[in-house]
Amino acid sequence: MRRAARSLACSLARGLALGAGLAAALSTLPARAIDEQSFDQLERGRYLATTADCKGCHTRPGGKPFAGGVALATPFGTLVGSNITPDREAGIGAWSDEEFVAALHDGRGRAGTRLFPAMPYPAYTKMTRADALAIRAYLLTIEPVNEKVESNQLPIVLNWRFNLVFWNLLNFTSGRLEPDAAKSAEWNRGRYLVDALGHCGTCHTSKSWLGADKDSAYLQGGVLQGWLAPNITAANRRGVGRWSVEDIVEYLKTGSNAYAIAAGPMAEEIANGSSKMTDADVKAIAVYLKSTPAAADTAAALAPSDPQMVAGLAIYKDNCAPCHTDAGSGTPGLFSRLAGSHAIQSDDPTSLIRAVLSGRQGVATKDKPTGPAMPSFAWRLSDAQVAAVLTYVRNSFGNAAVAVTADQVGKLRARAD
Amino acid sequence: MARRLPAKDVAIIGFGLSSAILANELTDQGLEVVAIERGPWRDTATHFNVGYMPDELRYAVRLDLFLRPAQETLTFRNNVSETALPIRQFGSFLPGDGVGGAAVHWNGQTWRFNPTDFRLKSHLTERYGAAKIPDELSIQDWGTTYDEMERFYDQFEYLCGISGKAGNLNGTIQPGGNPFEGPRKRDYPLPPMQMTYAPTMFAEAARAVGCHPFPCPSANLSQPYINPLGVRMGQCSFCGFCERFGCANYSKASAQTTILPVLMRKANFEARTECEVLKVNLDGSGKRATGVSYVDSSGVEWEQPAELVLICAYGLHNVRMLLLSGIGRPYDPATREGTVGRNYAYQTTAGIQLFFDDKIFNPFIAAGALGQSADDFNGDSFDHADLDFVGGGGISCIPTNGRPISNRPVPPGTPRWGAKWKQATKDNYLRSFGFSTQGSSYAAHGNYLDLDPTYTDRLGRPLMRMTFDFPDNDIRMSNYVMDKMEAIAKAMKPRQYVMARRAKPYSIVPYQSTHNTGGAIMGGDPKTSVVNKYLQSWDVPNIFVIGASAFPQNAGYNPTGTVGALAFLAADAIRTKYLKSPGPLVPT
Repeated sequence: MRRAARSLACSLARGLALGAGLAAALSTLPARAIDEQSFDQLERGRYLATTADCKGCHTRPGGKPFAGGVALATPFGTLVGSNITPDREAGIGAWSDEEFVAALHDGRGRAGTRLFPAMPYPAYTKMTRADALAIRAYLLTIEPVNEKVESNQLPIVLNWRFNLVFWNLLNFTSGRLEPDAAKSAEWNRGRYLVDALGHCGTCHTSKSWLGADKDSAYLQGGVLQGWLAPNITAANRRGVGRWSVEDIVEYLKTGSNAYAIAAGPMAEEIANGSSKMTDADVKAIAVYLKSTPAAADTAAALAPSDPQMVAGLAIYKDNCAPCHTDAGSGTPGLFSRLAGSHAIQSDDPTSLIRAVLSGRQGVATKDKPTGPAMPSFAWRLSDAQVAAVLTYVRNSFGNAAVAVTADQVGKLRARAD
Repeated sequence: MARRLPAKDVAIIGFGLSSAILANELTDQGLEVVAIERGPWRDTATHFNVGYMPDELRYAVRLDLFLRPAQETLTFRNNVSETALPIRQFGSFLPGDGVGGAAVHWNGQTWRFNPTDFRLKSHLTERYGAAKIPDELSIQDWGTTYDEMERFYDQFEYLCGISGKAGNLNGTIQPGGNPFEGPRKRDYPLPPMQMTYAPTMFAEAARAVGCHPFPCPSANLSQPYINPLGVRMGQCSFCGFCERFGCANYSKASAQTTILPVLMRKANFEARTECEVLKVNLDGSGKRATGVSYVDSSGVEWEQPAELVLICAYGLHNVRMLLLSGIGRPYDPATREGTVGRNYAYQTTAGIQLFFDDKIFNPFIAAGALGQSADDFNGDSFDHADLDFVGGGGISCIPTNGRPISNRPVPPGTPRWGAKWKQATKDNYLRSFGFSTQGSSYAAHGNYLDLDPTYTDRLGRPLMRMTFDFPDNDIRMSNYVMDKMEAIAKAMKPRQYVMARRAKPYSIVPYQSTHNTGGAIMGGDPKTSVVNKYLQSWDVPNIFVIGASAFPQNAGYNPTGTVGALAFLAADAIRTKYLKSPGPLVPT
């Protein structure tokens, strides 16, 4: 209750600040936008923009809000989040509402140009028009920044936006998400947050060779920017099937729970997005994720006598056990739990290899400010040793997953160097 | 010409644990705070990497985390008849450096001083008569009391997750705790650490000779902990790399593991590292500080104006900062007048090493505060009426490590190198341990700190000069406690035990203790103290001086618990009193 009161006070304070920003921006606004500038509409837009984590791509660390500039490494090359401040030249201030909604719903830029699907319009197409317009209204209150950002830094052949006509034909269906009347309002809200606003599948659903979501792999994990976004379906071993609704809520609100501590892109998402969402919305996401189909999910652990397991155990005792403990139990919110962890048992060990080679910075949130970090072990463990210790943790403490090879480690080490 | 920066509400000199406590409390109050630290930024995963932290050569022998004499050193002499010479390699004590300060490299033994320690002169006079206090000593009362300190000790212990067992809860003696401690309102936040063999055996022997042993209160955590700021700490893994090392697994209390995650998120806090404060600036009247001047790592000089200046460096460096800034009147041992530099004190240590044939102690399973202590002969726990000294010492068996370079216990008579030394190491490494007394160090008229007339630092400022020798009183005290310890040693039936008694003159070379106290002492009288009971300068009321520099004399305990409590005490005084009415908090 007290928290609710405090957040209301914060919202009011923010509202006042927005009012001042609005006055400054008024001269650049088309006249028809003014009616949409009610406090409720702006606050809703701000919340939706937070939930969709627009800043994640459209704000440089330390840069002006929404002025663009974050480079996204895609399998096809680099794309840079554009300037979406209300500046009429560099930003989207001159866009009409229809043009803004078309960008979100159909991946069309101004005058019909195609957007690259790093902008998650395949998810945003499911967003309601009202929500899109609320985000639009909020973005119009941001300080305009007159800095041009070149979004497209792809290699020459891939950068023909003309290609996207065909990509869209093959991979993209425009259309809003229809509520499922057979399910609860909470479930429907959760699905809307996961599939539309939160665009979880952008990372957590693996992509075809053309970079499109594979429907058959819905939320079963994907590799992006050198991280594995793990399976978040209700699968018991590789997904979050063992997590309760409360566990999922705790993770999204605070950055960690008894099973996991967020790092990498998910740490950013939690810091900027889900930790600021309402308790009801986060719970809706949890309820929906718990309802997702759990693919068959059993595996047999490697025998402790396997040479990699023998070596891995010794390496684990020397390097890992002081924090993660002999039993792989870790310490909640401080040292990741390895036993029963879905991320540890993911088919693809990319994130695990990366954590051992480069270290890992856990997220810090208001509720859990510690932000614990794991140091790099790249300098003291060879490729074969990293592979052995990861194979060990993936097949101990009740875990089971395919072995990691020195070759896999070597490739990621080369990339990290 | 220094470049002038925009003013802050508070400028803090140094960014160790006291500084972090004050910065966190005052930023909570809404103040704009900057901490200026001459050493580097330090973070657990980056700088205390579990992969290379247990590097004894780098950290314990080459002293990687410590202040370099080239940065700052001091000159030393035993008494005024000698000419002080610069310390070119720190030995007897090791001042820290960098973010987190000495609480990065400490062992973690976290004590409260006894109620009688805070009113030492009054208490001894009341109990034994004024004539009991030897003429050589200049002991004083603190100006505060244990009862006033209790809630600040409590705050510090809960911040750090101290693991221990209360001995006195609201006046009721608790079995298993220290029956001689002052009453505490509640128990420690965590239970004591699990004991290893040597301290367990020591405790049995101590009990057998009539002492009351108890687990040493420890900042190496017995369990995972979430402190009142929401910061999480881990469980100590008994790695045996505490003193001289940073903790790699978040289980030793430090600024890094208790406060910085919260403090560094605050928009109204800023830390400037690798910036060395030159002096505190005063206005024309000399009664008001206007800020500090500092030089950054590229040699550029800056002026940081501030409404309030907190001197929170290592105790010795606090005193030098006052002397360099011309704040307060320097102490003169000839006239015994003046205050700054007065009552420098130390710690009177001595110990016994035991060798066994039939017992294995595995000394590498250890932690900096993992052990047992007995306070039967500490402070004024025992009757001094028929004794020729005042003071006392804690007796502790805290085998902190079994590190391979420096932990080579061999009996006297063993060659210092070669095959026989190697064989003796093999025979004794697992079968030996020591226990020690950490005795009080009572201030004496001849022990003090001032500016050296000859030597300067790399910035051209005079070095500080330390004049110190053990008072005869303290040597008598130490020998008395050692006699008691000998009985404990005999009760353990070792093959052999070796007594290392403390003797004059004090030597600056072998390591003894980094418990340098006094020089900017607190008290009730501006003629005999530098700061009042709130650690506020008597001379310049918008300066507070926080650290062991405030101890009027040192007790038979590690100082960190009391330093932490004083930081909370000063923060409370600033928040609840000074900000409402800036000016002297104690009328003169």
